[in-house]
Amino acid sequence: MTRVQAIQNCNDFVIKFANVNGSGSSSANELFARAVIRMGVPVAPRNIFPSNIQGLPTWYEVRVSEAGWLGARGGCDMMVAMNPQTWDRDVAAIDPGGYLLYDSTKPLPQSKFRDDITVLGVPLTDICNREYEDPRQRQLFKNIMYVGALLALLDMEFAAAEKLIVDRYRGKDQLIKANVNALRLGYDHAKANLPCPIGLRVKRADAVGDRILIDGNSACGLGAVYGGATVAGWYPITPSTSVIEAFSSYCRKYRTDPDNGRARYAIVQAEDELASIGMVLGAAWNGARAFTATSGPGISLMQEFFGLAYFAEVPAVIFDVQRGSPSTGMPTRTQQSDLISCAYASHGDTRHVLLFPEDPHECFTLGAQAFDLADRLQTPVFVLSDLDIGMNERLCAPFDWDDSRRYDRGKLMTYDELEAGKTFGRYLDVDGDGIPYRTIPGTHPTRGAYFTRGTTRNAYAKYSELGADYVYNMERLRRKFDTAKTLVPAPVLRNAAQPTRYGAIHFGSTGPAMAEASVLLEADDVHVDTLRVRAFPFSDEVMRFIAEHECVFVVEQNESGQLRSLLINEGEIDPKKLVRVLHYDGSPITARFIAGKIANALSDRKVSPITTPLRKVAP
Amino acid sequence: MTYLAKPKLLSADAPRNALGYTRRDYEGAISTLCAGCGHDSISAAVVQACFDLDIEPHKVAKLSGIGCSSKTPDYFLGNSHGFNSVHGRMPSVLTGAALANRNLTYLGVSGDGDSASIGIGQFAHAMRRGVNMTYIVENNGVYGLTKGQFSATADKGSKSKKGVINSDSPIDLAALALQLGATYVARSFSGDKEQLIPLIKGALCHGGPAFIDVISPCVTFNNHSGSTKSYDYVREHNAAVNRVDVILPKAQIETSYPPGSLRRVVQHDGSILHLRKLGVDYDPSDRIGAINHLQERQALGEIVTGLLYVNSSVQDMHAHLNTVEKPLNQLGDAYLCPGSKALDALNALLR
Ligand SMILES: Cc1ncc(C[n+]2csc(CCOP(=O)(O)OP(=O)(O)O)c2C)c(N)n1
Ligand code: SF4
Ligand SMILES: [Mg+2]
Repeated sequence: MTRVQAIQNCNDFVIKFANVNGSGSSSANELFARAVIRMGVPVAPRNIFPSNIQGLPTWYEVRVSEAGWLGARGGCDMMVAMNPQTWDRDVAAIDPGGYLLYDSTKPLPQSKFRDDITVLGVPLTDICNREYEDPRQRQLFKNIMYVGALLALLDMEFAAAEKLIVDRYRGKDQLIKANVNALRLGYDHAKANLPCPIGLRVKRADAVGDRILIDGNSACGLGAVYGGATVAGWYPITPSTSVIEAFSSYCRKYRTDPDNGRARYAIVQAEDELASIGMVLGAAWNGARAFTATSGPGISLMQEFFGLAYFAEVPAVIFDVQRGSPSTGMPTRTQQSDLISCAYASHGDTRHVLLFPEDPHECFTLGAQAFDLADRLQTPVFVLSDLDIGMNERLCAPFDWDDSRRYDRGKLMTYDELEAGKTFGRYLDVDGDGIPYRTIPGTHPTRGAYFTRGTTRNAYAKYSELGADYVYNMERLRRKFDTAKTLVPAPVLRNAAQPTRYGAIHFGSTGPAMAEASVLLEADDVHVDTLRVRAFPFSDEVMRFIAEHECVFVVEQNESGQLRSLLINEGEIDPKKLVRVLHYDGSPITARFIAGKIANALSDRKVSPITTPLRKVAP
Repeated sequence: MTYLAKPKLLSADAPRNALGYTRRDYEGAISTLCAGCGHDSISAAVVQACFDLDIEPHKVAKLSGIGCSSKTPDYFLGNSHGFNSVHGRMPSVLTGAALANRNLTYLGVSGDGDSASIGIGQFAHAMRRGVNMTYIVENNGVYGLTKGQFSATADKGSKSKKGVINSDSPIDLAALALQLGATYVARSFSGDKEQLIPLIKGALCHGGPAFIDVISPCVTFNNHSGSTKSYDYVREHNAAVNRVDVILPKAQIETSYPPGSLRRVVQHDGSILHLRKLGVDYDPSDRIGAINHLQERQALGEIVTGLLYVNSSVQDMHAHLNTVEKPLNQLGDAYLCPGSKALDALNALLR
């Protein structure tokens, strides 16, 4: 190690694990991340898994941040290089002054290393071969062993990781013993042979609180259970598949009839996405809460049905876990690029309700809420998550549920109301909010049945091709969309430390990076109010925020500025006022990127006339 | 347009079924199809079948795709909910509806374009999945609603109204249904209500995926000479394998079995199908034999009709999924939401 000073950082660094897929590394890596959390220090773990490289390398990145920054940071302070195939690029990826931990069983030529990093070798294979007979065990415990070595190198509490193992395998004493033993082997070897601790350290803190670590797709599946979904139709597609897997396993746990073991839910793997959404609509038309989970290509296939659902006013919930598109377009990389194809999905004058969860906690809350909104508004509701939140575990607020809450099934006309002679017009605006009443098949022997179809009908669902009937219907649907604005979750405003003419609008998984970027900018005396939009249609607060700022950055993870387009289109905003900050290389957006773009844009603007009165500083 | 004359006042002596309903209670809106369209006869057969079976109209859900045929659910069972969905996708919508409420009777109505062309995938998968439904294809060999283009069931060599000869091989939906796992498969002709009504009744009582391919001539675009789906052609080439009588469980004691009955099939709900053999020695419990018979006769230019296959020991989709007895759309909050305590326990596992 010459010239470059070794990196010295406590509770603030990025460590990356380079592994071979299927080698059992993921649970060991997760053990490491959770051990840091158990020491009261927040982490943000992320999987990076290319879809099409031979040998299937995977990476797992853990950002350790006592300050609590959960967005990706970029860079790499330490690499745990366990995949010989990607060795060269992994070694090259380490920041100058960083650290390399590797399996030193086989000697490597000097040319395979760098002289500006600290190289730490542990003969993992050797130790494993010595300790274990079974080849599978050798592989699995090798992973646990490098976690043990890391505990020593980073000065972590051995007991924290040990306790995790005990918790994880509760009741399986053999497994606990074997895992703790492997952990100990790695730990002891490092202590005896390596310069422990190194410049990167984890020190006990109190910055985690009661937060939980879970992935967004599991949280969506749980949200669907709590939201009362009983029918799921789906077709496998990365990165959405685990939403259904989670729904299925939570249903087995929570929705199995205790008396007879029968299912209070139905999950059908359809033949394609057309059939999945068709099943959802059939079930919802028939009064069950139903959903599907998919990604961009699936959304494309479902378009015709979205139009039918919009015009026939059938509730539906669609979890869209966004990724690069098309099918051969970076399917394992994150993006926020389905906004437009969802917002205006289908033929004719359609517009749909979209919800944008920021993290797994919101995947759960908005996921559950989507079912109430869909029933209340009698329309499809899209929950737009993405791969970054969906397939990575994220530290977030614990789940909670108000037991007094009842599902809002919306305007359902009952047998008693029909029997009492109440007028039923399926597409009649009785209450002035654009939302009509509906009946469920089988409600009443002689009243309330109707023939469901698109728009060739009048307010009483009788066949009609009259222009006046069509216009009545479209105006009512417009009123309904206005009603939706008042029902969807409100945006989250975060004011800068001092009044400013600049604002930034963002949504979904950009949240953590945006929050961190604000702090970075503030350190340079650049102040930006931020607004995290949580739904489409945009509530009045969103438009007010734009009106109150002279220049608004729209930060998003796509190439065309889709949220910006929606804002311009729906709010009739002057496009010049909305400045694009776009990140779309497939990696999650970082605070450094956002802050850099905003700072550059502002220095380009230099002097600009003040046209908007500044917000008063709070007293 | 067909304006079936409907007297304003119901005569007091109109026959009533066990529920006290007259046939009128099973009718729907006035048909807007062409006068003489085969589809209207099928609608009439559905009305008669439901009346005869004492089905409560509001306990039926009727679903369809797009086409003249798919419009017909508006013209029968006016007290049933109907869903005119999208082209070729009725099977998935029906599947979803059936998942939501296992206690209704599901009637899917489709056309040959709707099921054999754009919707062949959904048709196939609904059969595979064992959806408890009666699936009727009103098969006229053309796209009626878009004015007479050949559909995928048009026979090779069949001539269009404009004189074009069809060069593509036909899809035989009944043969496909047999192969894909439908447990009740029939073919009939809209011009033969004696045959059609009992076949629909048997299907409605079946308890699993029941498929009926009904040749239903399009008088406007496919009823000329040279067409193999015209009234005349079908009458001349119809080779019925059997005649069915459906006897309801409650009627069984009084019913004397019709003479010539060779086979009795007891369905899951207790209804009995009486099958009278016609001419050929045909065994409707032999699925492979049925497929072979269809192929052989088709090669001879015959249109095989009748109950082609029935398997009375059916298990439907709900049995496969082991869903609770109570319809999913009727489960209350308490049965669906695990509540805050379960969440607290889950949170603890995630720390
Ligand atoms: C996606 C889509 N493509 C095309 C159409 C136009 N279209 C309407 S009905 C029809 C054919 C219907 O044929 P069939 O199912 O045989 O019904 P028929 O009218 O003959 O009873 C077509 C192609 C459509 N409605 N939707
Ligand atoms: S066009 Fe053909 S299928 Fe359509 S209603 Fe007329 S006769 Fe029937
Ligand atoms: Mg047709």
